[in-house]
Amino acid sequence: MNVPKNIQRKPQILITGAAGATAQRVIERLRETCDLVAVDARIQVPLGDDIPSYCIDFNHRSFEDLFRRYQFDGVIHLGRIRSSQLTRLRRYNANVLGTQKLLDLSHKYGIQRIVVLSTFHVYGAMAYNPALIDESAPMKSAGLSADLIDSVELENLANLYLWRFPELNITILRPCNIVGPSVQNTMGRLLASHRAPVLAGFSPMMQFMHIDDMADAIVLAYNKPVRGIFNVASDDWVAYQRALELSGCTRIPVPSIPPVLPRLILRTLRLQSFPAYLMEFFKYPVVIDGQAFAKEFGFQPKRPLKEIFRFYRDNKRPL
Amino acid sequence: MSLASFLKSRLIPAKLDEQINRIRKPIGSLGYDPWGFNNETFKYGFSLTKPIYEKYFRTEAHGVDHMPADGPVLIVGNHSGQLPIDGILVGYALASREKNPRIPRAMIERFFPTVPWLGNLLNGVGAALGDPLNCARMLANNEAIIVFPEGVRGSGKLYRDRYKLQRFGNGFMHLAMKYNAAIVPIGIVGCEETIPAIANIKPLAKALGVPYAPVAMPVILPAKVHLNFGPPMYFEGGDISEEQVNERVEQVKAEINRLIDKGLAERKGLF
Repeated sequence: MNVPKNIQRKPQILITGAAGATAQRVIERLRETCDLVAVDARIQVPLGDDIPSYCIDFNHRSFEDLFRRYQFDGVIHLGRIRSSQLTRLRRYNANVLGTQKLLDLSHKYGIQRIVVLSTFHVYGAMAYNPALIDESAPMKSAGLSADLIDSVELENLANLYLWRFPELNITILRPCNIVGPSVQNTMGRLLASHRAPVLAGFSPMMQFMHIDDMADAIVLAYNKPVRGIFNVASDDWVAYQRALELSGCTRIPVPSIPPVLPRLILRTLRLQSFPAYLMEFFKYPVVIDGQAFAKEFGFQPKRPLKEIFRFYRDNKRPL
Repeated sequence: MSLASFLKSRLIPAKLDEQINRIRKPIGSLGYDPWGFNNETFKYGFSLTKPIYEKYFRTEAHGVDHMPADGPVLIVGNHSGQLPIDGILVGYALASREKNPRIPRAMIERFFPTVPWLGNLLNGVGAALGDPLNCARMLANNEAIIVFPEGVRGSGKLYRDRYKLQRFGNGFMHLAMKYNAAIVPIGIVGCEETIPAIANIKPLAKALGVPYAPVAMPVILPAKVHLNFGPPMYFEGGDISEEQVNERVEQVKAEINRLIDKGLAERKGLF
Protein backbone atom coordinates (compact mmCIF):
# COMPACT_ATOMS: atom_id res chain seq x y z
CA MET A 1 0.00 0.00 0.00
CA ASN A 2 1.48 3.32 -1.03
CA VAL A 3 -0.47 5.60 1.31
CA PRO A 4 -0.43 4.00 4.75
CA LYS A 5 -2.46 5.68 7.48
CA ASN A 6 0.19 4.84 10.02
CA ILE A 7 3.80 4.23 9.07
CA GLN A 8 4.30 1.97 12.08
CA ARG A 9 1.83 -0.66 10.98
CA LYS A 10 1.45 -2.80 7.91
CA PRO A 11 -1.33 -1.84 5.53
CA GLN A 12 -4.55 -3.62 6.34
CA ILE A 13 -6.51 -5.06 3.44
CA LEU A 14 -9.92 -6.66 3.22
CA ILE A 15 -10.01 -9.45 0.64
CA THR A 16 -13.41 -10.70 -0.47
CA GLY A 17 -14.16 -14.02 -2.14
CA ALA A 18 -11.50 -15.66 0.02
CA ALA A 19 -12.59 -19.19 -0.86
CA GLY A 20 -11.80 -18.68 -4.54
CA ALA A 21 -8.58 -19.87 -6.15
CA THR A 22 -7.58 -16.35 -7.23
CA ALA A 23 -8.07 -14.91 -3.74
CA GLN A 24 -6.01 -17.70 -2.19
CA ARG A 25 -3.09 -16.80 -4.44
CA VAL A 26 -3.45 -13.08 -3.80
CA ILE A 27 -3.43 -13.81 -0.05
CA GLU A 28 -0.25 -15.88 -0.45
CA ARG A 29 1.45 -12.94 -2.15
CA LEU A 30 0.36 -10.29 0.34
CA ARG A 31 0.39 -12.07 3.69
CA GLU A 32 4.02 -11.18 4.48
CA THR A 33 3.75 -7.49 3.77
CA CYS A 34 0.15 -6.70 4.74
CA ASP A 35 -2.32 -7.43 7.48
CA LEU A 36 -5.11 -9.25 5.72
CA VAL A 37 -8.70 -9.92 6.64
CA ALA A 38 -10.49 -12.50 4.49
CA VAL A 39 -14.21 -12.65 3.85
CA ASP A 40 -16.34 -15.03 1.87
CA ALA A 41 -20.09 -15.17 1.62
CA ARG A 42 -20.10 -18.94 1.06
CA ILE A 43 -17.74 -20.56 3.59
CA GLN A 44 -15.26 -19.67 6.29
CA VAL A 45 -11.82 -20.34 4.90
CA PRO A 46 -9.10 -21.46 7.32
CA LEU A 47 -6.09 -19.24 6.58
CA GLY A 48 -3.95 -19.67 9.70
CA ASP A 49 -3.71 -17.62 12.89
CA ASP A 50 -2.37 -14.49 11.24
CA ILE A 51 -5.32 -13.92 8.90
CA PRO A 52 -8.79 -13.51 10.40
CA SER A 53 -11.31 -15.16 8.13
CA TYR A 54 -15.06 -14.60 8.16
CA CYS A 55 -18.11 -16.03 6.46
CA ILE A 56 -20.46 -13.06 6.12
CA ASP A 57 -23.10 -11.98 3.65
CA PHE A 58 -22.19 -8.43 2.57
CA ASN A 59 -25.82 -7.41 2.88
CA HIS A 60 -25.90 -8.45 6.53
CA ARG A 61 -25.60 -5.72 9.18
CA SER A 62 -22.70 -7.53 10.87
CA PHE A 63 -20.55 -6.87 7.78
CA GLU A 64 -20.10 -3.28 8.96
CA ASP A 65 -18.63 -4.57 12.23
CA LEU A 66 -15.56 -5.64 10.27
CA PHE A 67 -14.98 -2.02 9.21
CA ARG A 68 -15.46 -0.92 12.82
CA ARG A 69 -13.08 -3.56 14.15
CA TYR A 70 -10.27 -3.19 11.62
CA GLN A 71 -8.76 -0.04 10.16
CA PHE A 72 -8.78 -1.07 6.53
CA ASP A 73 -6.57 0.84 4.12
CA GLY A 74 -7.75 -1.01 1.08
CA VAL A 75 -10.16 -3.57 -0.34
CA ILE A 76 -9.53 -6.23 -2.98
CA HIS A 77 -12.96 -7.29 -4.14
CA LEU A 78 -12.69 -10.72 -5.74
CA GLY A 79 -15.98 -12.05 -4.38
CA ARG A 80 -18.03 -12.05 -7.53
CA ILE A 81 -20.41 -14.99 -7.74
CA ARG A 82 -19.93 -16.57 -11.16
CA SER A 83 -22.83 -16.76 -13.58
CA SER A 84 -22.84 -20.54 -13.25
CA GLN A 85 -23.54 -20.32 -9.53
CA LEU A 86 -26.78 -19.71 -7.60
CA THR A 87 -29.96 -18.26 -9.05
CA ARG A 88 -30.20 -14.95 -10.93
CA LEU A 89 -31.85 -13.23 -7.95
CA ARG A 90 -29.32 -14.46 -5.40
CA ARG A 91 -26.49 -13.53 -7.74
CA TYR A 92 -27.96 -10.07 -8.16
CA ASN A 93 -28.22 -9.67 -4.38
CA ALA A 94 -24.67 -10.85 -3.81
CA ASN A 95 -22.92 -9.23 -6.78
CA VAL A 96 -24.79 -5.98 -7.20
CA LEU A 97 -26.35 -5.12 -3.85
CA GLY A 98 -23.48 -6.74 -1.93
CA THR A 99 -20.92 -4.73 -3.90
CA GLN A 100 -22.89 -1.55 -3.34
CA LYS A 101 -22.82 -2.20 0.38
CA LEU A 102 -19.08 -2.86 0.25
CA LEU A 103 -18.44 0.36 -1.67
CA ASP A 104 -20.68 2.39 0.63
CA LEU A 105 -18.86 1.11 3.69
CA SER A 106 -15.51 1.73 2.01
CA HIS A 107 -16.53 5.33 1.45
CA LYS A 108 -17.86 5.71 4.99
CA TYR A 109 -14.68 4.34 6.60
CA GLY A 110 -12.21 6.24 4.41
CA ILE A 111 -10.75 3.38 2.36
CA GLN A 112 -8.09 4.71 -0.01
CA ARG A 113 -7.65 1.87 -2.47
CA ILE A 114 -10.08 -0.59 -4.05
CA VAL A 115 -9.44 -3.21 -6.73
CA VAL A 116 -12.53 -4.84 -8.25
CA LEU A 117 -12.27 -8.02 -10.28
CA SER A 118 -14.72 -8.04 -13.17
CA THR A 119 -14.67 -10.19 -16.32
CA PHE A 120 -14.27 -9.84 -20.10
CA HIS A 121 -17.76 -11.35 -20.37
CA VAL A 122 -19.17 -7.85 -19.92
CA TYR A 123 -18.27 -7.01 -23.54
CA GLY A 124 -20.56 -9.76 -24.83
CA ALA A 125 -19.83 -12.21 -27.65
CA MET A 126 -21.13 -11.08 -31.04
CA ALA A 127 -20.35 -11.89 -34.64
CA TYR A 128 -19.61 -8.20 -35.22
CA ASN A 129 -17.01 -7.82 -32.47
CA PRO A 130 -13.74 -6.39 -33.72
CA ALA A 131 -10.58 -7.95 -32.29
CA LEU A 132 -8.51 -6.31 -29.54
CA ILE A 133 -11.45 -4.65 -27.81
CA ASP A 134 -10.28 -1.82 -25.59
CA GLU A 135 -11.73 -0.56 -22.34
CA SER A 136 -13.89 2.12 -23.95
CA ALA A 137 -15.96 -0.41 -25.93
CA PRO A 138 -19.61 -0.74 -24.86
CA MET A 139 -20.63 -3.54 -22.51
CA LYS A 140 -23.09 -5.41 -24.68
CA SER A 141 -23.52 -8.62 -22.72
CA ALA A 142 -26.49 -7.43 -20.66
CA GLY A 143 -28.49 -7.17 -23.87
CA LEU A 144 -27.44 -10.65 -24.96
CA SER A 145 -28.14 -12.73 -21.86
CA ALA A 146 -30.08 -12.06 -18.67
CA ASP A 147 -27.61 -14.29 -16.85
CA LEU A 148 -24.82 -11.79 -17.39
CA ILE A 149 -26.75 -8.72 -16.21
CA ASP A 150 -25.35 -8.89 -12.67
CA SER A 151 -21.77 -8.88 -14.04
CA VAL A 152 -22.48 -5.70 -16.01
CA GLU A 153 -24.38 -4.10 -13.14
CA LEU A 154 -21.51 -4.80 -10.76
CA GLU A 155 -19.23 -2.96 -13.16
CA ASN A 156 -21.65 -0.08 -13.58
CA LEU A 157 -21.78 0.35 -9.84
CA ALA A 158 -18.02 0.25 -9.44
CA ASN A 159 -17.79 2.76 -12.31
CA LEU A 160 -20.21 5.07 -10.62
CA TYR A 161 -18.22 5.04 -7.39
CA LEU A 162 -14.98 5.36 -9.36
CA TRP A 163 -16.01 8.76 -10.69
CA ARG A 164 -18.18 9.97 -7.81
CA PHE A 165 -15.63 9.20 -5.09
CA PRO A 166 -12.17 9.58 -6.61
CA GLU A 167 -10.61 9.28 -3.15
CA LEU A 168 -11.57 5.58 -3.15
CA ASN A 169 -9.03 5.05 -5.98
CA ILE A 170 -11.04 2.30 -7.64
CA THR A 171 -9.42 0.11 -10.29
CA ILE A 172 -11.63 -2.32 -12.18
CA LEU A 173 -9.91 -5.28 -13.83
CA ARG A 174 -11.48 -7.14 -16.73
CA PRO A 175 -9.43 -10.30 -17.20
CA CYS A 176 -9.71 -12.81 -20.03
CA ASN A 177 -10.29 -16.51 -19.19
CA ILE A 178 -8.48 -17.27 -15.92
CA VAL A 179 -7.29 -20.87 -15.90
CA GLY A 180 -4.79 -23.09 -14.13
CA PRO A 181 -4.56 -25.42 -11.12
CA SER A 182 -7.64 -25.48 -8.88
CA VAL A 183 -9.59 -23.03 -11.07
CA GLN A 184 -13.23 -24.11 -11.11
CA ASN A 185 -14.75 -21.63 -13.55
CA THR A 186 -16.41 -22.69 -16.81
CA MET A 187 -13.22 -22.62 -18.87
CA GLY A 188 -11.16 -24.32 -16.15
CA ARG A 189 -13.66 -27.17 -15.98
CA LEU A 190 -13.72 -27.56 -19.76
CA LEU A 191 -9.96 -27.72 -20.16
CA ALA A 192 -9.70 -30.13 -17.23
CA SER A 193 -12.29 -32.53 -18.60
CA HIS A 194 -11.68 -35.52 -20.85
CA ARG A 195 -14.43 -34.55 -23.25
CA ALA A 196 -15.49 -31.01 -23.99
CA PRO A 197 -18.40 -29.77 -26.10
CA VAL A 198 -17.79 -27.49 -29.07
CA LEU A 199 -20.26 -25.82 -31.41
CA ALA A 200 -19.77 -27.55 -34.75
CA GLY A 201 -17.99 -25.25 -37.21
CA PHE A 202 -17.10 -22.58 -34.64
CA SER A 203 -13.75 -22.16 -32.95
CA PRO A 204 -13.49 -18.57 -31.75
CA MET A 205 -10.20 -16.96 -30.82
CA MET A 206 -9.64 -16.92 -27.08
CA GLN A 207 -7.17 -15.62 -24.54
CA PHE A 208 -6.09 -17.38 -21.38
CA MET A 209 -4.34 -16.12 -18.29
CA HIS A 210 -2.66 -18.41 -15.77
CA ILE A 211 -4.12 -17.92 -12.30
CA ASP A 212 -0.67 -17.11 -10.86
CA ASP A 213 -0.21 -14.38 -13.47
CA MET A 214 -3.66 -13.04 -12.61
CA ALA A 215 -2.78 -12.97 -8.91
CA ASP A 216 0.41 -11.07 -9.81
CA ALA A 217 -1.69 -8.63 -11.86
CA ILE A 218 -4.06 -7.99 -8.93
CA VAL A 219 -1.16 -7.36 -6.54
CA LEU A 220 0.50 -5.03 -9.07
CA ALA A 221 -2.77 -3.16 -9.51
CA TYR A 222 -3.31 -2.84 -5.78
CA ASN A 223 0.17 -1.46 -5.20
CA LYS A 224 -0.18 1.36 -7.73
CA PRO A 225 -3.21 3.53 -7.00
CA VAL A 226 -4.21 4.40 -10.54
CA ARG A 227 -7.94 4.78 -11.00
CA GLY A 228 -9.63 3.34 -14.05
CA ILE A 229 -10.80 0.30 -15.95
CA PHE A 230 -8.28 -2.11 -17.40
CA ASN A 231 -8.43 -5.26 -19.50
CA VAL A 232 -5.98 -7.91 -18.36
CA ALA A 233 -4.80 -10.24 -21.11
CA SER A 234 -1.58 -11.41 -22.70
CA ASP A 235 -0.51 -10.82 -26.30
CA ASP A 236 -1.16 -14.40 -27.27
CA TRP A 237 -4.19 -16.02 -28.79
CA VAL A 238 -5.49 -19.44 -29.66
CA ALA A 239 -8.65 -20.88 -31.20
CA TYR A 240 -10.95 -22.60 -28.69
CA GLN A 241 -10.86 -26.00 -30.36
CA ARG A 242 -7.06 -25.88 -30.64
CA ALA A 243 -6.86 -25.07 -26.93
CA LEU A 244 -8.95 -28.16 -26.16
CA GLU A 245 -6.76 -30.25 -28.42
CA LEU A 246 -3.59 -29.03 -26.68
CA SER A 247 -5.19 -29.74 -23.30
CA GLY A 248 -5.86 -33.33 -24.31
CA CYS A 249 -9.67 -32.99 -24.51
CA THR A 250 -11.78 -34.96 -26.93
CA ARG A 251 -14.08 -32.54 -28.72
CA ILE A 252 -17.79 -33.35 -28.78
CA PRO A 253 -19.49 -31.33 -31.53
CA VAL A 254 -22.91 -29.88 -30.76
CA PRO A 255 -25.01 -28.99 -33.85
CA SER A 256 -24.71 -25.25 -34.32
CA ILE A 257 -27.32 -24.34 -36.92
CA PRO A 258 -30.02 -23.14 -36.78
CA PRO A 259 -28.96 -21.22 -33.63
CA VAL A 260 -32.08 -22.26 -31.75
CA LEU A 261 -30.95 -25.91 -31.87
CA PRO A 262 -27.75 -25.66 -29.76
CA ARG A 263 -29.55 -23.36 -27.33
CA LEU A 264 -32.27 -25.98 -26.89
CA ILE A 265 -29.74 -28.77 -26.47
CA LEU A 266 -27.68 -26.86 -23.90
CA ARG A 267 -30.75 -25.78 -21.93
CA THR A 268 -31.90 -29.39 -21.83
CA LEU A 269 -28.51 -30.77 -20.80
CA ARG A 270 -27.90 -27.96 -18.24
CA LEU A 271 -24.15 -28.55 -18.31
CA GLN A 272 -22.36 -26.38 -15.77
CA SER A 273 -19.22 -26.32 -17.89
CA PHE A 274 -21.04 -25.38 -21.11
CA PRO A 275 -24.04 -23.29 -20.10
CA ALA A 276 -26.55 -22.00 -22.63
CA TYR A 277 -26.03 -18.34 -21.66
CA LEU A 278 -22.33 -18.58 -22.54
CA MET A 279 -23.05 -20.28 -25.87
CA GLU A 280 -22.17 -17.18 -27.89
CA PHE A 281 -18.73 -17.08 -26.25
CA PHE A 282 -18.03 -20.48 -27.82
CA LYS A 283 -19.18 -19.19 -31.17
CA TYR A 284 -17.82 -15.66 -31.58
CA PRO A 285 -14.55 -14.18 -30.35
CA VAL A 286 -14.16 -11.61 -27.59
CA VAL A 287 -10.49 -10.72 -27.93
CA ILE A 288 -9.50 -7.95 -25.56
CA ASP A 289 -6.52 -5.61 -25.62
CA GLY A 290 -4.47 -5.72 -22.44
CA GLN A 291 -1.90 -3.13 -23.54
CA ALA A 292 -3.13 -0.31 -21.31
CA PHE A 293 -2.81 -2.41 -18.16
CA ALA A 294 0.56 -3.84 -19.21
CA LYS A 295 1.92 -0.34 -19.85
CA GLU A 296 0.46 1.36 -16.78
CA PHE A 297 1.35 -1.34 -14.25
CA GLY A 298 4.38 -2.89 -15.95
CA PHE A 299 2.63 -6.25 -16.22
CA GLN A 300 4.02 -9.13 -18.23
CA PRO A 301 2.49 -12.62 -17.85
CA LYS A 302 5.13 -15.24 -17.09
CA ARG A 303 3.31 -18.47 -17.94
CA PRO A 304 2.96 -19.13 -21.69
CA LEU A 305 -0.10 -20.78 -23.23
CA LYS A 306 1.79 -23.99 -23.92
CA GLU A 307 2.57 -24.37 -20.23
CA ILE A 308 -1.08 -23.78 -19.29
CA PHE A 309 -2.34 -26.42 -21.70
CA ARG A 310 0.44 -28.85 -20.78
CA PHE A 311 -0.75 -28.69 -17.17
CA TYR A 312 -4.29 -29.64 -18.19
CA ARG A 313 -3.05 -32.40 -20.49
CA ASP A 314 -0.86 -33.92 -17.78
CA ASN A 315 -3.40 -33.63 -14.98
CA LYS A 316 -6.59 -35.09 -16.33
CA ARG A 317 -7.17 -37.62 -13.55
CA PRO A 318 -6.04 -35.86 -10.37
CA LEU A 319 -8.43 -33.00 -11.06
CA MET B 1 0.67 -41.27 -39.90
CA SER B 2 -2.34 -39.17 -38.91
CA LEU B 3 -4.65 -37.74 -41.55
CA ALA B 4 -3.43 -34.21 -40.77
CA SER B 5 0.23 -35.06 -41.27
CA PHE B 6 -0.56 -37.10 -44.41
CA LEU B 7 -2.44 -34.14 -45.90
CA LYS B 8 0.35 -31.80 -44.92
CA SER B 9 3.00 -33.98 -46.54
CA ARG B 10 0.97 -34.10 -49.77
CA LEU B 11 -0.16 -30.50 -49.92
CA ILE B 12 2.67 -28.53 -48.36
CA PRO B 13 6.12 -29.31 -49.75
CA ALA B 14 9.08 -28.42 -47.52
CA LYS B 15 10.02 -25.50 -49.79
CA LEU B 16 6.58 -23.91 -49.46
CA ASP B 17 6.59 -24.51 -45.72
CA GLU B 18 9.89 -22.68 -45.43
CA GLN B 19 8.78 -19.91 -47.81
CA ILE B 20 5.68 -19.11 -45.70
CA ASN B 21 7.59 -19.38 -42.43
CA ARG B 22 10.03 -16.75 -43.66
CA ILE B 23 7.33 -14.11 -44.16
CA ARG B 24 7.20 -11.79 -41.14
CA LYS B 25 3.88 -11.93 -39.30
CA PRO B 26 2.80 -10.58 -35.93
CA ILE B 27 1.60 -13.90 -34.47
CA GLY B 28 1.61 -15.42 -30.99
CA SER B 29 3.36 -18.50 -29.63
CA LEU B 30 0.79 -20.93 -31.10
CA GLY B 31 0.80 -19.41 -34.58
CA TYR B 32 -2.38 -17.34 -34.24
CA ASP B 33 -3.01 -13.62 -34.38
CA PRO B 34 -5.94 -11.81 -32.68
CA TRP B 35 -8.09 -12.04 -35.82
CA GLY B 36 -7.68 -15.79 -36.15
CA PHE B 37 -4.96 -15.90 -38.80
CA ASN B 38 -3.11 -19.17 -38.47
CA ASN B 39 0.19 -19.91 -40.15
CA GLU B 40 -0.63 -23.58 -40.78
CA THR B 41 -4.10 -22.89 -42.19
CA PHE B 42 -2.57 -20.27 -44.46
CA LYS B 43 -0.12 -22.83 -45.87
CA TYR B 44 -3.03 -25.09 -46.85
CA GLY B 45 -4.90 -22.15 -48.36
CA PHE B 46 -1.82 -21.05 -50.30
CA SER B 47 -1.17 -24.56 -51.58
CA LEU B 48 -4.79 -25.05 -52.71
CA THR B 49 -4.92 -21.61 -54.37
CA LYS B 50 -1.78 -22.22 -56.46
CA PRO B 51 -3.47 -24.39 -59.16
CA ILE B 52 -6.53 -22.13 -59.15
CA TYR B 53 -4.33 -19.05 -59.69
CA GLU B 54 -1.95 -20.59 -62.20
CA LYS B 55 -4.01 -23.19 -64.06
CA TYR B 56 -7.69 -22.31 -63.76
CA PHE B 57 -7.61 -18.53 -64.11
CA ARG B 58 -4.09 -18.40 -65.68
CA THR B 59 -3.59 -15.19 -63.78
CA GLU B 60 -1.11 -12.62 -65.04
CA ALA B 61 0.09 -10.13 -62.45
CA HIS B 62 1.90 -6.98 -63.55
CA GLY B 63 3.60 -4.43 -61.31
CA VAL B 64 3.43 -6.62 -58.23
CA ASP B 65 6.74 -5.09 -57.14
CA HIS B 66 5.00 -1.75 -56.63
CA MET B 67 3.91 -3.15 -53.30
CA PRO B 68 6.18 -1.73 -50.54
CA ALA B 69 8.26 -4.39 -48.76
CA ASP B 70 7.04 -3.30 -45.34
CA GLY B 71 4.91 -0.76 -43.51
CA PRO B 72 1.15 -0.25 -43.58
CA VAL B 73 -0.44 -0.63 -47.00
CA LEU B 74 -3.98 -0.57 -48.37
CA ILE B 75 -4.37 -2.47 -51.63
CA VAL B 76 -7.41 -0.86 -53.21
CA GLY B 77 -9.12 -2.38 -56.21
CA ASN B 78 -12.31 -2.91 -58.15
CA HIS B 79 -14.60 -5.64 -56.80
CA SER B 80 -16.53 -8.02 -59.01
CA GLY B 81 -17.72 -11.54 -59.65
CA GLN B 82 -20.23 -12.33 -56.88
CA LEU B 83 -17.65 -14.35 -54.89
CA PRO B 84 -14.44 -12.87 -53.45
CA ILE B 85 -12.24 -14.65 -56.02
CA ASP B 86 -10.55 -11.32 -56.83
CA GLY B 87 -9.39 -10.94 -53.22
CA ILE B 88 -7.98 -14.49 -53.17
CA LEU B 89 -6.03 -13.97 -56.42
CA VAL B 90 -4.61 -10.61 -55.29
CA GLY B 91 -3.60 -12.17 -51.98
CA TYR B 92 -1.87 -15.07 -53.71
CA ALA B 93 -0.04 -12.74 -56.11
CA LEU B 94 1.46 -10.80 -53.20
CA ALA B 95 2.26 -13.80 -51.00
CA SER B 96 3.96 -15.63 -53.87
CA ARG B 97 6.06 -12.79 -55.25
CA GLU B 98 9.78 -13.58 -55.46
CA LYS B 99 11.13 -10.59 -53.57
CA ASN B 100 9.72 -9.56 -50.20
CA PRO B 101 6.49 -11.56 -50.26
CA ARG B 102 3.76 -10.30 -47.94
CA ILE B 103 0.65 -11.95 -46.59
CA PRO B 104 -2.08 -9.40 -47.13
CA ARG B 105 -5.20 -9.34 -45.00
CA ALA B 106 -8.71 -9.01 -46.38
CA MET B 107 -11.76 -7.35 -44.89
CA ILE B 108 -14.84 -9.54 -45.25
CA GLU B 109 -18.59 -9.01 -45.08
CA ARG B 110 -20.25 -9.09 -41.65
CA PHE B 111 -22.26 -12.09 -42.76
CA PHE B 112 -19.30 -14.51 -42.96
CA PRO B 113 -18.46 -14.92 -39.24
CA THR B 114 -21.94 -16.36 -38.70
CA VAL B 115 -21.36 -19.17 -41.21
CA PRO B 116 -20.01 -22.34 -39.53
CA TRP B 117 -16.62 -23.58 -40.78
CA LEU B 118 -16.36 -20.95 -43.52
CA GLY B 119 -16.04 -18.05 -41.08
CA ASN B 120 -13.16 -19.71 -39.19
CA LEU B 121 -11.54 -20.85 -42.44
CA LEU B 122 -11.53 -17.31 -43.85
CA ASN B 123 -10.09 -15.98 -40.59
CA GLY B 124 -7.43 -18.68 -40.69
CA VAL B 125 -6.12 -17.59 -44.09
CA GLY B 126 -5.99 -13.92 -43.10
CA ALA B 127 -9.45 -12.45 -43.64
CA ALA B 128 -11.05 -10.44 -40.84
CA LEU B 129 -14.40 -8.86 -40.18
CA GLY B 130 -14.70 -5.64 -42.20
CA ASP B 131 -14.77 -3.28 -39.25
CA PRO B 132 -12.92 0.06 -39.26
CA LEU B 133 -11.45 -0.81 -35.84
CA ASN B 134 -10.00 -4.04 -37.21
CA CYS B 135 -8.57 -2.20 -40.20
CA ALA B 136 -7.03 0.49 -37.99
CA ARG B 137 -5.44 -2.05 -35.65
CA MET B 138 -3.97 -3.97 -38.57
CA LEU B 139 -2.48 -0.84 -40.12
CA ALA B 140 -0.99 0.02 -36.73
CA ASN B 141 0.58 -3.48 -36.88
CA ASN B 142 2.15 -2.55 -40.27
CA GLU B 143 0.00 -5.02 -42.15
CA ALA B 144 -1.05 -4.90 -45.82
CA ILE B 145 -4.82 -4.99 -46.28
CA ILE B 146 -6.87 -5.67 -49.39
CA VAL B 147 -9.80 -3.28 -49.52
CA PHE B 148 -12.67 -3.07 -51.97
CA PRO B 149 -14.29 0.29 -51.22
CA GLU B 150 -17.23 -0.57 -53.47
CA GLY B 151 -18.19 -3.38 -51.07
CA VAL B 152 -21.20 -5.45 -52.13
CA ARG B 153 -22.12 -2.73 -54.63
CA GLY B 154 -19.14 -3.95 -56.64
CA SER B 155 -19.20 -7.71 -56.11
CA GLY B 156 -22.97 -7.99 -56.53
CA LYS B 157 -23.32 -5.89 -59.68
CA LEU B 158 -24.77 -7.36 -62.83
CA TYR B 159 -22.83 -8.35 -65.93
CA ARG B 160 -24.19 -5.40 -67.90
CA ASP B 161 -22.42 -3.07 -65.42
CA ARG B 162 -19.04 -4.83 -65.69
CA TYR B 163 -15.95 -2.68 -65.24
CA LYS B 164 -18.05 0.31 -64.16
CA LEU B 165 -16.74 1.39 -60.79
CA GLN B 166 -19.52 1.82 -58.24
CA ARG B 167 -19.55 4.41 -55.46
CA PHE B 168 -16.47 4.19 -53.22
CA GLY B 169 -16.76 4.51 -49.45
CA ASN B 170 -14.34 7.08 -47.99
CA GLY B 171 -13.33 5.03 -44.95
CA PHE B 172 -10.16 3.64 -46.54
CA MET B 173 -8.85 7.14 -47.29
CA HIS B 174 -9.39 8.31 -43.71
CA LEU B 175 -7.51 5.26 -42.44
CA ALA B 176 -4.69 5.68 -44.96
CA MET B 177 -4.22 9.31 -43.89
CA LYS B 178 -4.40 8.52 -40.20
CA TYR B 179 -1.89 5.66 -40.30
CA ASN B 180 0.33 7.03 -43.11
CA ALA B 181 -0.47 3.94 -45.12
CA ALA B 182 0.51 3.64 -48.77
CA ILE B 183 -2.39 3.02 -51.15
CA VAL B 184 -1.51 0.52 -53.87
CA PRO B 185 -4.21 0.72 -56.56
CA ILE B 186 -5.04 -2.37 -58.54
CA GLY B 187 -7.12 -2.95 -61.65
CA ILE B 188 -8.61 -6.45 -61.79
CA VAL B 189 -9.77 -7.70 -65.17
CA GLY B 190 -11.38 -11.09 -65.72
CA CYS B 191 -13.25 -11.67 -62.48
CA GLU B 192 -16.36 -9.97 -63.91
CA GLU B 193 -16.59 -12.90 -66.34
CA THR B 194 -16.19 -15.69 -63.74
CA ILE B 195 -19.83 -15.59 -62.54
CA PRO B 196 -21.78 -13.29 -64.86
CA ALA B 197 -25.12 -12.44 -63.23
CA ILE B 198 -28.12 -11.21 -65.16
CA ALA B 199 -30.36 -10.30 -62.21
CA ASN B 200 -30.46 -10.06 -58.45
CA ILE B 201 -33.39 -11.57 -56.55
CA LYS B 202 -33.58 -9.07 -53.69
CA PRO B 203 -36.46 -10.70 -51.71
CA LEU B 204 -34.59 -14.02 -51.71
CA ALA B 205 -31.39 -12.29 -50.55
CA LYS B 206 -33.34 -10.62 -47.76
CA ALA B 207 -34.96 -13.91 -46.72
CA LEU B 208 -31.60 -15.68 -46.63
CA GLY B 209 -29.86 -12.81 -44.87
CA VAL B 210 -27.21 -12.56 -47.62
CA PRO B 211 -26.13 -9.39 -49.44
CA TYR B 212 -27.46 -10.49 -52.85
CA ALA B 213 -28.93 -13.53 -54.62
CA PRO B 214 -27.68 -13.47 -58.22
CA VAL B 215 -29.31 -15.20 -61.16
CA ALA B 216 -26.27 -16.85 -62.72
CA MET B 217 -24.96 -20.15 -63.98
CA PRO B 218 -24.07 -22.43 -61.05
CA VAL B 219 -20.49 -22.61 -62.23
CA ILE B 220 -17.37 -20.46 -61.98
CA LEU B 221 -16.13 -19.84 -65.51
CA PRO B 222 -12.37 -20.07 -66.15
CA ALA B 223 -11.93 -16.51 -67.40
CA LYS B 224 -8.34 -15.34 -67.76
CA VAL B 225 -7.51 -12.83 -65.03
CA HIS B 226 -5.17 -9.85 -65.36
CA LEU B 227 -4.01 -8.05 -62.22
CA ASN B 228 -2.37 -4.66 -62.76
CA PHE B 229 -0.80 -3.10 -59.68
CA GLY B 230 -0.10 0.62 -59.83
CA PRO B 231 2.62 2.63 -58.08
CA PRO B 232 1.85 3.38 -54.41
CA MET B 233 -0.04 6.61 -53.69
CA TYR B 234 0.60 8.59 -50.51
CA PHE B 235 -1.79 11.08 -48.95
CA GLU B 236 -0.74 13.32 -46.12
CA GLY B 237 -2.80 13.29 -42.97
CA GLY B 238 -4.24 16.38 -41.32
CA ASP B 239 -7.61 17.90 -40.73
CA ILE B 240 -9.18 18.24 -44.17
CA SER B 241 -12.81 18.54 -45.21
CA GLU B 242 -14.85 15.60 -46.44
CA GLU B 243 -14.97 17.31 -49.83
CA GLN B 244 -11.18 17.17 -50.05
CA VAL B 245 -11.28 13.52 -48.94
CA ASN B 246 -13.74 12.90 -51.80
CA GLU B 247 -11.26 14.45 -54.22
CA ARG B 248 -8.52 12.15 -53.00
CA VAL B 249 -10.82 9.13 -53.32
CA GLU B 250 -11.57 10.24 -56.90
CA GLN B 251 -7.81 10.31 -57.62
CA VAL B 252 -7.53 6.68 -56.48
CA LYS B 253 -10.63 5.78 -58.47
CA ALA B 254 -9.17 7.39 -61.59
CA GLU B 255 -5.94 5.41 -61.17
CA ILE B 256 -7.90 2.15 -60.76
CA ASN B 257 -9.88 3.00 -63.91
CA ARG B 258 -6.60 3.53 -65.76
CA LEU B 259 -5.32 0.14 -64.55
CA ILE B 260 -8.60 -1.58 -65.55
CA ASP B 261 -8.33 -0.06 -69.04
CA LYS B 262 -4.74 -1.28 -69.24
CA GLY B 263 -5.89 -4.81 -68.34
CA LEU B 264 -8.75 -4.72 -70.84
CA ALA B 265 -6.35 -3.58 -73.57
CA GLU B 266 -3.91 -6.36 -72.66
CA ARG B 267 -6.33 -9.24 -72.80
CA LYS B 268 -6.80 -11.02 -76.08
CA GLY B 269 -9.96 -12.94 -75.18
CA LEU B 270 -12.23 -13.70 -72.28
CA PHE B 271 -10.76 -17.18 -71.64
